[in-house]
Amino acid sequence: MADVTFTVDGKKLTAPAGTLLIDACRKAGIEIPAFCYYPGLSLQAACRMCVVRQEKVPKLQTACTTTVAEEQVFITESAEIAQARKATIELLLGNHPLDCPVCDAGGECELQDMTFKYGAGESLYAEAKRHREEQQWSPAVFYDRPRCILCYRCIRMCGEGMDVWALGVQNRGASAVIAPNGGDTLDCEQCGMCIDVCPVGALTSGSYRYKTRPWEMNHVSTVCTHCADGCKVSLGVRQSSDGSEIVRADNRDKSGINNDFLCAKGRFGFDFVESAERLSKPLIRNTDGKLEPTTWEHALRFAAGKLKGIRDTQGGAAIGVIGSNFTTNEENYLLQKFARTVLQTNNIDHERTADYASFARALAGNPSRAAGMRETLTFPAILLIGGNPTEEHPLLAWNLRTNVRLNRARLYVANDKKIKLERQAKAVLRLPANGYAALTDYLGGSDKVIPDASFREALLAEESLLVIFGQEYRGAAIEALVKWGCTRNNVRFALLGDYANSRGASDMGLLPDLLPGYVPVSQPGAFNVEYPGMPARGGKTLPEMLQAAMSGQLDALYIVGANPFAHAAVSPAALKSTFLIAQDIFLTETAALADVVFPAASLYEKTGTATNAFGDVQLVRKAADHAGVKPDFEILVRLAGAMGVDVKSLVPFGSGVTADFGQTRGAHSGEADRHAVWLAANGLEPKLSPFDPLAVLDEIERLIPTYKLDRMNLFAGNDVPVEPGFVPVSALAGTDVVTPAHNGLFTSGTMGHYSPGLKDLQRHQTSPMLTGTAAD
Amino acid sequence: MPRLVSHPDEVKIVTRRFGMGAANIDRYIELGGYEAAKKCLEQGPDWIINEMKASNLRGRGGAGFPTGLKWSFVPKQSAKPKYVLVNGDESEPGTCKDHLIFLHDPHSVIEGTIIAGLAIGAKLGFIYLRGEYRYLLEIMEKAVADAYAKGFLGKNIFGSDTEFQVITQSGAGAYEVGEESALMESLEGKRGVPRIKPPFPAVVGLYGGPTVINNAETIATVPHVIAMGGASYAAVGSERNGGTRLFGISGHVERPGVYELPMGYNLKKMIYEVAGGVRGGRKLKAVVPGGSSTPVLLPEEIENLGMDFDQVGKAGSMLGSGGVVVIDDHTCIVEFALRTISFYQHESCGWCIPCREGTDWLKKSLTRFHAGFGIEKDIDTIRYIAENMLGRTFCPLGDAAAMPTLGFVKKFRKEFEDHLNGKPCPFAKHTEVAVV
Amino acid sequence: MSNETMTIFSPKLAARFDALVQKYPARRSALVPMLLYAQDEIGYLSDAVIAEVAERIGITELDVRNVATYYSMLRFKPAGKYNVQVCTNISCMLRGAYDVFERFQDELGVGHKGVTPDGLFSLEEVECIGACCWAPAIQVNYDFHDELTPESVSGILAEYRGKAKAEGTVSHA
Ligand SMILES: Cc1cc2nc3c(=O)[nH]c(=O)nc-3n(C[C@H](O)[C@H](O)[C@H](O)COP(=O)(O)O)c2cc1C
Ligand code: SF4
Ligand code: FES
Repeated sequence: MADVTFTVDGKKLTAPAGTLLIDACRKAGIEIPAFCYYPGLSLQAACRMCVVRQEKVPKLQTACTTTVAEEQVFITESAEIAQARKATIELLLGNHPLDCPVCDAGGECELQDMTFKYGAGESLYAEAKRHREEQQWSPAVFYDRPRCILCYRCIRMCGEGMDVWALGVQNRGASAVIAPNGGDTLDCEQCGMCIDVCPVGALTSGSYRYKTRPWEMNHVSTVCTHCADGCKVSLGVRQSSDGSEIVRADNRDKSGINNDFLCAKGRFGFDFVESAERLSKPLIRNTDGKLEPTTWEHALRFAAGKLKGIRDTQGGAAIGVIGSNFTTNEENYLLQKFARTVLQTNNIDHERTADYASFARALAGNPSRAAGMRETLTFPAILLIGGNPTEEHPLLAWNLRTNVRLNRARLYVANDKKIKLERQAKAVLRLPANGYAALTDYLGGSDKVIPDASFREALLAEESLLVIFGQEYRGAAIEALVKWGCTRNNVRFALLGDYANSRGASDMGLLPDLLPGYVPVSQPGAFNVEYPGMPARGGKTLPEMLQAAMSGQLDALYIVGANPFAHAAVSPAALKSTFLIAQDIFLTETAALADVVFPAASLYEKTGTATNAFGDVQLVRKAADHAGVKPDFEILVRLAGAMGVDVKSLVPFGSGVTADFGQTRGAHSGEADRHAVWLAANGLEPKLSPFDPLAVLDEIERLIPTYKLDRMNLFAGNDVPVEPGFVPVSALAGTDVVTPAHNGLFTSGTMGHYSPGLKDLQRHQTSPMLTGTAAD
Repeated sequence: MPRLVSHPDEVKIVTRRFGMGAANIDRYIELGGYEAAKKCLEQGPDWIINEMKASNLRGRGGAGFPTGLKWSFVPKQSAKPKYVLVNGDESEPGTCKDHLIFLHDPHSVIEGTIIAGLAIGAKLGFIYLRGEYRYLLEIMEKAVADAYAKGFLGKNIFGSDTEFQVITQSGAGAYEVGEESALMESLEGKRGVPRIKPPFPAVVGLYGGPTVINNAETIATVPHVIAMGGASYAAVGSERNGGTRLFGISGHVERPGVYELPMGYNLKKMIYEVAGGVRGGRKLKAVVPGGSSTPVLLPEEIENLGMDFDQVGKAGSMLGSGGVVVIDDHTCIVEFALRTISFYQHESCGWCIPCREGTDWLKKSLTRFHAGFGIEKDIDTIRYIAENMLGRTFCPLGDAAAMPTLGFVKKFRKEFEDHLNGKPCPFAKHTEVAVV
Repeated sequence: MSNETMTIFSPKLAARFDALVQKYPARRSALVPMLLYAQDEIGYLSDAVIAEVAERIGITELDVRNVATYYSMLRFKPAGKYNVQVCTNISCMLRGAYDVFERFQDELGVGHKGVTPDGLFSLEEVECIGACCWAPAIQVNYDFHDELTPESVSGILAEYRGKAKAEGTVSHA
């Protein structure tokens, strides 16, 4: 729409015609108070806080519903307006319990802030207050009606935003209440979005309530450790007797790739870090065959000696390494470098949940064809093939819904099963079971298997298209699909993997035949110089390593943050000739079989970067501490050191030396933060310790052509995109070894088993009490 | 059965067929029914709207908006179907006129609906009656069925190629649903919460289509306007206030009832002559001129007051729904104020803060006050709350609660003060109003 | 839904609903009247009624409850066979509605929203019922009685007791 010019408080402003006054003002730095207005959700005009005066209009107008037009004149602050807002607050506070001292929202409450600003400090209210008992709707959500101001944000967030529609409003007038779909229980996705948008303390979180005051927490913004969408999450951390403790996860600051979204796992699934089952001491198998606690020194020396011995006597090929989908890029990079240069083996792999190598190869020579997560929110047309993002990629599902709702994007769904996102779809193509290969032919014009051409015609009529697909495609199938798209203008792709850093694991070369950036082991290029002693031939894939270990063909297996024996019924006897080192946060099925176990830090207890399924790289920030554990990065460095390696050849630390040590920092924290970002981005923080993972980031950027990161943005906490990379070889090892995780809303692989919060939600959602199917 | 009354000053236009068995379609036709609709079918929309404009007919639902003008706002071309919606939610305390129309002359409502449909180019009309009016709904349903049987409604009305259908609808108890946008929500099967305006119903209404909403009395008047000619109808009333109005006089009068009087008729005369004066020879204390939401008037304010929208507005109140509630000097105004605000507290939809919280606060304060536990400061607080609701709510219900309250405290402050210091209420026998 | 074996409504009511939902430009428009008619037959909006209405219209039960709880004529607990609704709003109040209401309380021995032990009567104080000029007025179910005095109360109750007897309604006191 054309721009119009209008006047607000004497200032000339310009905005597209039809913009809501409240948005136009906020953009121009004029804050207009509001309870019910929430950007992106439908308008209510119910709270009447946003009233402003418009010239020539008799009554005060609500800025949340007034659209700007040429030559309008508004006043947003005056005695009359302040009085109107003050009175509204006085009216609200009449029946409000004023239990701020014990309210979870105290200190973070919009009603408190507005009362402070408009000064409704003295109460005229002399009547009895309405009372109603607090209700627990689910393990995650509590509702306290007396605190509720009926802004309807929760209802809209649940319905319009989440497409769950589990909340409603019942009764009328002063007895109106927010009500859940199960009568007094909530049958939903338990995302907790309603809690986040509640401007007061009416909806509180089962896991956080009454734990602490917001100002007693440190708020650390990092990357969620669960699925591959890579949401930013703000962890509320409090000092505890054994370090520090995460007490809350939310996304109220709306920072990052996920804007205001966070799912149940991100919000409630952090509690595994406090699990009593957490490993906190290294373990060694004693002569009785039992694992017993030991010191770090002893465990490291013992493991290092064994590895060194095997390498020196049997050669590196006798050792296998399995990496993680949860560790940082720096750790993954270091792990494969350690394997290739210290252990001298290419037997390295990880539990692949998508075939990123084939994806990279298919895209080789086709720059700008990969799409980031942000594009799922803005692309005008999207083809979603297979999968069920509502369950497995909650942020992607949110973005697709939002894009359809707010931008009228056209969503096309091709799936062999019915999925919930079809409710937002413009067209649905029901594929025959496992008919994904036929889809590529269909898109190319063949009606042999799928006789309905209308879906294709609609797709081909789109000027641009974002194609999102998942584990249904591997190897040649990926190549064919991408090839189809690359013959057309402006078709982009995204391949969905399953865990927080599965894309990073692939990108960092946790693959037997590919180095970081998908550089073939057989044509190592620059790595030749940097990786002395690296074997020239590709190594074993994960299944091959397991097979070899179980048949006594592998002398050592080092497993980091993975649980490959979770489902295989393996007896310790089968592995008796393999020296097994496990490095994990729990004594998993795999760790229980090991000879040495190193207790590792979780993603919330370390620093580094992670890459989500869409190739968006984000900074992982250390939030909490857990006594006894070490980050995988540090364990690796110490293990290498114990093997006699010059750690400087592994971690190029101590290079950035011209730091100013903070002398120029401003006194105010915001400035200090910006300064820290600038220092880090410019490599000025001296990486004085070999345990500083960011020292490895320099090397990653240097050796992986596609990891050219916009550091200023990265260190400011933003997501920065990378391209998949280049694979100029014809055959890839193990394109068939992909095992998708199929995690749902409340499951998260092995880690999920250790989260009481997620287990509670799972139990609640499957309880016989909930018979309805409101969530879909 | 509601009693019919009459008075020589009445000008019977809308009530012309009352008590004559016109609920029977043949009788209605005999009495000249459906001729206006046929005429409109011949003359076409522009003619109809011109007649309506000439009639100076103003909406009988309360706001008094000129009906012809309202109809002219509906766009001629529309991608979505257009609708006529007849508001028979009649829930404003003091108002019972539509009740009689549905009972005695249901076909006039149908005929008016057809004419409105012809004027705006709608093919479907809804007649919405409050849920309590079940027996009237049954009468309306029968009338609609009879009109279908005669071919006055359907695909080809009166044998023409014009279509017009009518659906009757029942509410289920909610005053707010009388507000036009809440009415549409209710008719769409939702909570009776009003809509954000603009867009106005004439542009985006029922099911998103342009919609004309009129009060049942307004609609029932339409065939008469057409039959008489707009100008002759206008001549009956006062300036800019065409025709007659059904005034429902209730409360402390000798002969309460619904009287059809010309617009501009003197209020004092209405009370003392038409309705027979204050009951039992008592003195007049106050009058609520147009339903419970209109500010109260004192005896001295009604001396020369002509009952039309403009004159009552100038006197600081409103003509509203035409429900005149007469209060004698043995009445406690605090109790009256409390009963009034209790109603709005009960009927507030709860959507917006000032109305939801304001009505609740006022009801609680007045309850305590009337029970003898008031303090001096309460009077100002009550006034403060009402003043701060006024003009700030999402829909006019908040104003409808605030305006009378302000009227009572301003005009009867002394009586409020008399309730202070534990003094017993001089009139009321009931110190507490039950929680409805 | 034409599967009659599933319905908790009488065939007549079920047929009425089938017709009703077809009538409107949008199915959902049938919701409010449907709830009222269902209540007329079943007595109140039980969980089963809500579930069936939701299914017939094709919306969630939550959605039905959101709407149903808005309207004051709809109830979620049984009322008496004859629900006596006394208007005490301004016009009626001025003409003695509270005296009438009190008399009903005395005669029935129940208060606002109370149900007599035999289930025959329930009593309710209601807002204006559109009979202001014939005040004070009440409704018993949907029937109006107007221009009442406290003295007319026992006659009205007797009338309905007689009606119940004639219909053979067993008193389960
Ligand atoms: C709270 C509220 C309640 C109303 N109730 C009624 C009503 O019961 N009947 C009615 O005709 N109009 C009612 N109105 C007025 C309607 O909104 C609308 O203006 C009217 O139906 C238009 O018809 P008219 O132009 O013929 O007057 C009410 C308005 C408000 C704000
Ligand atoms: S003023 Fe507000 S709460 Fe009151 S009825 Fe209107 S919208 Fe509802
Ligand atoms: S933000 Fe405008 S009314 Fe609430």
